[in-house]
Amino acid sequence: MHHAHYLIVGASHAALSALHAIRLHDTEGDVTLLTRDDSLPYSPTVLPYVVSGRSDPGRVFLRDEAYFAEHKVNYLRGANVRNLNAGANAVELADGSRIGFDKLLLATGAAPLLPPIPGLAGLKFHVLRTLADALALREALPQVKRALVLGGGLIGMHAAENLAKGGVDVSVVELQPHVLSGYFDAEAAGIIEGVFSSKGVHLLTGKSVASVAAKGAGCRALLADGTEIEADLLLVATGVAPVTDFLAGSGVATERGVLVDEHMRTNVANIWAAGDVAQARGFFSDSRIINGILPDAVDQGRIAGMAMAEDPGIKTYAGGVPLNTYSFFGEQAVSVGVHEGALDSSGVEVKKQVDAAAKRYLKIVLKENRLAGIFGVNSAFDPGIMWELILRAIDLGDEKLAFLRSPQDTARALMSRNWR
Amino acid sequence: MGAAYETIYFKADACDGCNECMSACARAKAQSDDQLQSRIQIVPSGEGFELALCRQCGDPECVLNCPAGALAKNAGSGVIAWDGSKCVNCLLCTVGCAYGGIAYDAQAGHVIKCDMCAGDPACVKVCTTGALKHVKTARIYNEVGNLEDLFAPGLSGCQGCNTELIMRHTLRRIGPDVVVATPPGCIPGMGSVGYNGLTGTKVPVFHPLLTNTASMLAGVRRHYKRMGRDVMAVALAGDGGTADVGFQSLSGAAERGEEILYICVDNEGYMNTGMQRSGCTPYGAWTSTTPVGERAHGKTQDAKNLPLLMVMHNCAYVATASTAFMQDLYDKLERAIEAAKTGFAYLHIYSPCTTGWRFPSDQNIEVARKAVETNFVLLWEFNPRDGLQLTHPAENAKPIDEYLEVLGKYRHLDPDQVEHIERTLANNLARIRGFAAAKGTASAEAGRG
Repeated sequence: MHHAHYLIVGASHAALSALHAIRLHDTEGDVTLLTRDDSLPYSPTVLPYVVSGRSDPGRVFLRDEAYFAEHKVNYLRGANVRNLNAGANAVELADGSRIGFDKLLLATGAAPLLPPIPGLAGLKFHVLRTLADALALREALPQVKRALVLGGGLIGMHAAENLAKGGVDVSVVELQPHVLSGYFDAEAAGIIEGVFSSKGVHLLTGKSVASVAAKGAGCRALLADGTEIEADLLLVATGVAPVTDFLAGSGVATERGVLVDEHMRTNVANIWAAGDVAQARGFFSDSRIINGILPDAVDQGRIAGMAMAEDPGIKTYAGGVPLNTYSFFGEQAVSVGVHEGALDSSGVEVKKQVDAAAKRYLKIVLKENRLAGIFGVNSAFDPGIMWELILRAIDLGDEKLAFLRSPQDTARALMSRNWR
Repeated sequence: MGAAYETIYFKADACDGCNECMSACARAKAQSDDQLQSRIQIVPSGEGFELALCRQCGDPECVLNCPAGALAKNAGSGVIAWDGSKCVNCLLCTVGCAYGGIAYDAQAGHVIKCDMCAGDPACVKVCTTGALKHVKTARIYNEVGNLEDLFAPGLSGCQGCNTELIMRHTLRRIGPDVVVATPPGCIPGMGSVGYNGLTGTKVPVFHPLLTNTASMLAGVRRHYKRMGRDVMAVALAGDGGTADVGFQSLSGAAERGEEILYICVDNEGYMNTGMQRSGCTPYGAWTSTTPVGERAHGKTQDAKNLPLLMVMHNCAYVATASTAFMQDLYDKLERAIEAAKTGFAYLHIYSPCTTGWRFPSDQNIEVARKAVETNFVLLWEFNPRDGLQLTHPAENAKPIDEYLEVLGKYRHLDPDQVEHIERTLANNLARIRGFAAAKGTASAEAGRG
């Protein structure tokens, strides 16, 4: 049985960030990285661009062979973990082989969550989570005239945009009253929806699908309100869920994801989890949340790696802050932090500047003179600085009015003064 | 061992908000007059200005946040490079950067960031106030960092003293084929000659008398030369042992052109034995033998200009240096090492004394910098062929108060004394400029007869 001092399951941002942190502190300890893919590491975030053709699938890799050789990393492809035996400090792969470990990081990410729609099982449809998914979708595109996308989240909207740009007639069905509800309020989402509509994308928000069925080579969906939509291609992008199935009976505690403490450690002393699979403390709430975003995966991965390597420089995880960036049809939307609705209302101030005609939107949410959220469409500010302002809970003091008037410059000045 | 990199340094105090750097950057990088397209952004902050610019981080978050492999740190230059052919415009790099160093440029339609203009930053060239500087001292780390440190770990200098830095840096550069003399003073005091029969160096070191450092080294060098071995003879001495009681042997060795590198670490007094005055203690300074009280107000004489005295010996090389200007110090050290192969080389390095001068121990380099910026210390070099040249501009010196007020040893000064010091500095500068201007026929190379 192969034995690794550090065993990392997964090879995307959290895993690579952990690997980086381990190697900064421990240049020699044996590291094995497992991926179920047959390729070098890549990011799920790049996949919509592989579909659209903007990214060359041969050039999206985050590390090359030379990196693994230089850092003495045993990188195993096509390694699908079937189960974990925490007591025996070993994982079992789908091919029956076993790998032992001293320390284990679970960075298995998330997989598409399929909605319980009658007829979906057994129907031919696409998802978009792996490079293979992206290549399959890209290959299908030339034959597609009409496409149906289930889910108006980031993946669904990215895919819808790319399909529309390829001349496909696209419909998006979203259960929530507006698209991208995880990040933007109705007004900001309205601007985004307006752009999509002007490009000919049909956005059916506040709707649910009652059933789907095959129709020729394609499919036909029946919505709860009686509308019927026919399409040559069905993309299911209704969300993702952490990949934890292999942990059943392992002794590692899970809820929706793998439960971890402020150093990304699970209830088992030599097992950590980071990234989309981890359920860690939220910054704005005491309960543990799944904050499935790339920058947080990087952050959590680093902390887990430092903890595993026993790096004394380790910092405690500050808690997940929801944030994201979204480019669509050459426009930019950015979301950092929480909306006023997520906060206890005392001491909350909201300032909004909206110019819908110019597709411009800016909302700033303050709580007790500190930044809690900032949301923009085509509004210039530095999301990284805003994130840091939130994490540091910096009192805006006399700069509050200046910040509300000109968040980018004021935040840059605050940055220079507070963490130069 | 890793590499160090060049960097752009921003001094907020010196920025007047002219924004010429932003114009220069926009022109250089986007052929545009729009400052929004500049990769360096100056922002108003209260009465002054602050900066948003890529730090070219050592462990860059933007690179880890890029899903497309479009950002990478170049191990050679340290610059984080952006590859437009891989970028997908997702803007996640801007989430990773807490410094506003990579931002979306609406006109370009993608993120932009500083690339250091391939080692010649356009912004720095147009900065007239000194707020932006292109710092290239990384070269020292890259070149010298891999050389062996020839002192033992754990020298016991006072907290914040720069002498250990001077010792380790100089000997690293000089290399192991050396015999070091450390006459009584702080340098042996902090353990370089060692304890209990073990030396504090990895090379031969000895402890001459205060009086005979240069003559003993002359003998050591001549001995090895006769044996056919090229061994450097180096003194690491204090200003007391150099300027006062050790001066006759120093003067003799310099006059004879002995092949010695003599480094004087000048902390303006006998600090190791309780902070007594030396010939290098400046006018007005408190020491334990020039006390401050009802009648006495510190030293009543000016310091002797020891490096200038060495110029008058027509040494193969003479220079003054400061640890606040390491690039300059290194350039001079290299020339001094070269000169000591054929003649007498003298290097005078200023060493602010945290204990004896009475200032906080974290301020040593700042004090050294202020000394130069106020012309209290002049940086120059001399060789018989080219004469004397200032190596740090003496124009636009800061008011002397900026230097005096940070040092406890000058706390008692009255206005007359400050005026005296200003006159002395003006005279020193006039003399040095006079030497610099005197371009006669090159003096004969110093040589041993």
